[in-house]
Amino acid sequence: MTSSLTELSIAAASEALRARKFSARELTQAHVDAIAALDSQLNAFITQTPELALAGADQADAALSRGDAGKLAGIPLGIKDLFCTTGVRTTAASRILGHFVPPYESTVTANLLRDGAVFLGKTNLDEFAMGSSNESSAFGPVTNPWSPPGKALVPGGSSGGSAAAVSAGLAMGATGTDTGGSIRQPASLCGIAGMKPTYGRCSRYGVVAFASSLDHPGPFGRSVADCATLLGSMAGFDPKDSTSADRAVPDFAAACARGVKGLRIGVPREYRQDGMAQEIDALWEQGLAWLRDAGATVVDVSLPHTKYGLAAYYIVAPAEASSNLARYDGVRFGLRGQTNGDLDDLYELTRAEGFGEEVQRRILIGTYVLSAGYYDAYYTRAQKVRALILRDFTEAFGQVDALLTPTTPNAAFAQGEKVDDPVTMYLNDVFTVPADLAGIPAMSVPAGLDGAGLPLGLQVMGRPFDEETVFAVGAAIEKSAGFTARPRLRAGV
Amino acid sequence: MSLDPATVKRIAQLARIRVTDDQVAPLQSQLNGILGWIEQLQEVNVDGVAPLTGAADMALRMREDRVTDGGIAEKVLANAPDRAGEFFAVPKVVE
Repeated sequence: MTSSLTELSIAAASEALRARKFSARELTQAHVDAIAALDSQLNAFITQTPELALAGADQADAALSRGDAGKLAGIPLGIKDLFCTTGVRTTAASRILGHFVPPYESTVTANLLRDGAVFLGKTNLDEFAMGSSNESSAFGPVTNPWSPPGKALVPGGSSGGSAAAVSAGLAMGATGTDTGGSIRQPASLCGIAGMKPTYGRCSRYGVVAFASSLDHPGPFGRSVADCATLLGSMAGFDPKDSTSADRAVPDFAAACARGVKGLRIGVPREYRQDGMAQEIDALWEQGLAWLRDAGATVVDVSLPHTKYGLAAYYIVAPAEASSNLARYDGVRFGLRGQTNGDLDDLYELTRAEGFGEEVQRRILIGTYVLSAGYYDAYYTRAQKVRALILRDFTEAFGQVDALLTPTTPNAAFAQGEKVDDPVTMYLNDVFTVPADLAGIPAMSVPAGLDGAGLPLGLQVMGRPFDEETVFAVGAAIEKSAGFTARPRLRAGV
Repeated sequence: MSLDPATVKRIAQLARIRVTDDQVAPLQSQLNGILGWIEQLQEVNVDGVAPLTGAADMALRMREDRVTDGGIAEKVLANAPDRAGEFFAVPKVVE
């Protein structure tokens, strides 16, 4: 019984909880036990909160008995340790926030709690969400549950802990944030679904800031429908975020059953890269065939500025990060460096001691591209290229309803394989970055395995605020793919 | 555009990150690697294109200018590394 509880979908668990087939406490206990058994191998959690989770489960059981339970009552989730949670340490996987205990709750997690969700703890990530392999965490790397014996693979990043936890059955779903691919890339590498909604759909209030014009909170689930259910709870207008969209939240879960009959699906030719693994190309063709068989029309489109997305991103994101991370000064919260010197000494030592290498590198790049004499050559030019990337998408969406591409140019790679050259690591996000720059919704759906038995995802992108079509296409691919493979390291094995 | 060691030190100082002498050379090579790669943006024709400052191209909302929060000094100070009463304490700034 215990192991099957960690394999359920959110919809199935909710139905069983309402039918009182098992209690919320039993469901949460099964996940707490799974974390205790497996997390020493995966390191998916920075902070585990089993007592809080079981107390939340008891509240859910009481609400279920009363008949006033929320739509996520008793569903145990992992929360990326970038979302502030009242009274529970929130580190951003950085030494500088190693002891930070927020006195307030992020809007996204408050929405999930309002609907009765149970939080198992705070999941690991790249420091300040800067990375594609979860190796820059000050709390150690996360191991991909699909790793073969004796070889540790990365789960992707930055939301690697969330993706690994959901994949391994340590949580039924999780929150993530996607700035350059940090939901979709780890979802693809861990064989689960992950959705980055439209910019403004989920509030950024209480999410530790990386690059404010690019940061998108969103969900992970083992199915497209689970992502839709979670997003329905997380999303919504929030006056505390000035970029939050004042729009009604549609019934995303219902959209999953729409089908794709009559839809036009675009294939951007620029995503076909030299040197891309043949099996990724083949999976992409297979995905298009599935959609054709389900009644969609496939259309070739062009997104001519795709190849410049990453370079524009690596100006805009560090620039915004250098500004956002100026707040870590050792004065008001977080780590303080030890000094007998003046205030500048305090700042410099605090930041040298508190930030890891990749974060320091990005702050330095950001400081440089924003500095006098270079601002227009770098930052303004990158913002113009960003406008061209959005224009590419707008023109494509004049012809098609959604776009289908691979999520990543490769499957999960080994820990340590790409850490020596920052640019090699950045190239992992080549297919995911454009949707962040344009703010459009995009999701990764597990679609197949490569020759080594590692999962590969396909990416669906849609028009701004049309997550429903993205979910419909994602669900159609999921149905055709029939992806049932599970990782070697998982609960109950 | 390629950074020399003096520029690396100047950027670090602007960013208020202490960089030791033995860190300068590796940083210089990494930063130049990234900046060299970013140079490809120079080949894009951006004539007449307005910079996109944020995703979704939306206008910022206005709100009424009134106090909606406050009176929570203890919460604000709860994570302070050092405090003196209801103030954050820092090393001496003025002689």
